[in-house]
Amino acid sequence: MSAPTVSPSEGQLRRAASALRHDPLALTGAAVLVLLVVVGVAGPWLAPSGINDVDVDRMLQAPSWAHPFGTDELGRDVLSRVMVAARVSLQVGAVSVGIALLAGVTLGLFAGYYRGWVDNLLMRCMDVLFAFPVLLLAVAIVAVLGPGLLTAMIAIGVVYTPIFARVTRAGVLSVREQVFVRAAVSIGASDLRIMRRHVLPNIAAPLIVQTSLSLAFAILSEAALSFLGLGVQPPAPAWGRMLYDGRGFVTDAWWLGVFPGAAIFCTVLAFNLVGDALRDVLDPRQLTVNEARRSTG
Amino acid sequence: MARFVIRRLLQSCVVLLGVTLVVFLLLQLVPGDPVRVALGTRFDPQTYEALRARAGLDQPLVVQYFDYLRRALTGDLGVSFRSGRPVTAIVLERLPATLSLAVTAVLFALVIALPLGIVSAMRSGSFVDHAARVFSQFGVSVPDFWMGIMGILLFAGVLGWLPPSGYVALTEDPARWASHVALPAATVGLVTASILTRFIRSSMLEVLSEDYVRTAEAKGLRTRVVVLRHVLRNALIPVVTVVAVQLASLLGGVIVIEVLFAWPGIGRLTFDAVQARDYPVLQGAVLLVAALFLLVNLLVDILYARLDPRITVK
Repeated sequence: MSAPTVSPSEGQLRRAASALRHDPLALTGAAVLVLLVVVGVAGPWLAPSGINDVDVDRMLQAPSWAHPFGTDELGRDVLSRVMVAARVSLQVGAVSVGIALLAGVTLGLFAGYYRGWVDNLLMRCMDVLFAFPVLLLAVAIVAVLGPGLLTAMIAIGVVYTPIFARVTRAGVLSVREQVFVRAAVSIGASDLRIMRRHVLPNIAAPLIVQTSLSLAFAILSEAALSFLGLGVQPPAPAWGRMLYDGRGFVTDAWWLGVFPGAAIFCTVLAFNLVGDALRDVLDPRQLTVNEARRSTG
Repeated sequence: MARFVIRRLLQSCVVLLGVTLVVFLLLQLVPGDPVRVALGTRFDPQTYEALRARAGLDQPLVVQYFDYLRRALTGDLGVSFRSGRPVTAIVLERLPATLSLAVTAVLFALVIALPLGIVSAMRSGSFVDHAARVFSQFGVSVPDFWMGIMGILLFAGVLGWLPPSGYVALTEDPARWASHVALPAATVGLVTASILTRFIRSSMLEVLSEDYVRTAEAKGLRTRVVVLRHVLRNALIPVVTVVAVQLASLLGGVIVIEVLFAWPGIGRLTFDAVQARDYPVLQGAVLLVAALFLLVNLLVDILYARLDPRITVK
């Protein structure tokens, strides 16, 4: 005999979907994200020029019909590079938040469910990671592992793990006292089954909110790492790296500074708008802890 | 209260111990031999052996860690692989630049966030409230380095009002220091202000709905008195924490901004150490920053408990 499964509240998810539909800002954010995914997937085919088509005869050309975002110091089309770089940002966001989600939820589940010394040990480890400013720790990790896309994703994943662990643990602590969990224990369900089937679905709401907001911060962190030359390596395009490469020319070629930065801003804003709308419906208590955690580094 | 302070102090010591372990392990994660990697083309056997012995890398790992811990406790963070100078001195030299940037940025942020957050909460739903919310959403979404580049473009490139980068010590020439700190501090300060505005607004709204505020209004007190005496005093308690956490983050070195504006602080030092693969300096900077971060958080918790006695009960 198995205990009845308690699934995530469908009402909550319906309310979230309805809130998104009726919130013009969240709708705009969602539309931008859809556009971004399309550009991210089809960027190389949609881009008007090759991303590494160097042509010194047309270097630093101002925006025109031929090159709507202008050309860079090597004569490459900035629009094409901005479009293709969308894939990098989305990939970094998804993979690094995936790492943080997987590690953080696992640790938080065990800490909250078993409490006692397991909880103490795991959460003190998370406290240690919390003691480092986010970007500083990411820079240190990338510095020792070597710069590149994969290490940037791992570093960002590691630094965002503690926030997921804390959110998960807080949820588990309240859910594990519920009658349905005690019922599952009393009929002999295993710990892993209880965690997977009864606890996890009931803490999905704050995790969904945290994921959407963390995607925004992960993209910002990747842009910062790329700006420092520690993320995606040239000649592959990344928005942060494009800003770094173009910073010496911005007073003469403003488009090198404006367009890649605007792309980062629009993407992060879109994730924040959707995340805020989800938070208002699914987890209003979570308030602005995320903003406090946002690295200014 | 004393028990609370002792408990927090012990917790901080445990976390600090963990921090030293993480920082120590950073060097072990370097693929290959960190000294050889750091020396690169400057490799010569004598320097190599001397640096390895000085860093204690010829000892077993556990011995290395306890040796590192013992030396760190006495303020010895090793020597730079590049310059051979003590890391502690190198890191402390950079502290004033970071400190002046961080404090200026937080003051700038408070000047904007305090009035905006208060008015936004007092006139919830008004035009000012909407403007404040747009501002804070903008602030948490914009990459600070992009805002810095736009600032350089406008104030240094187009208007020519401010220098695009560089640093002058406050003690050397306050006027020139002010002109150099204005752009980086405004860049960091605007992002911080957007975060603080949100906190102040939500904290004010929470207090405004409390019974004692309604009672004060029912007694016939003027709005100004209610806000100043009852609302602000309570609403600003959690804000103190956020301001301190922001300040601690900024002390940690606003790496990207310091790189962009050639500001010779801890962040710039960290970046240079990464570029030069000077791992002891990287370790020293990260350790100092994390320790500062912990210290500020500990002080804030104690201050918070003093301001709001309910905290110690919890």
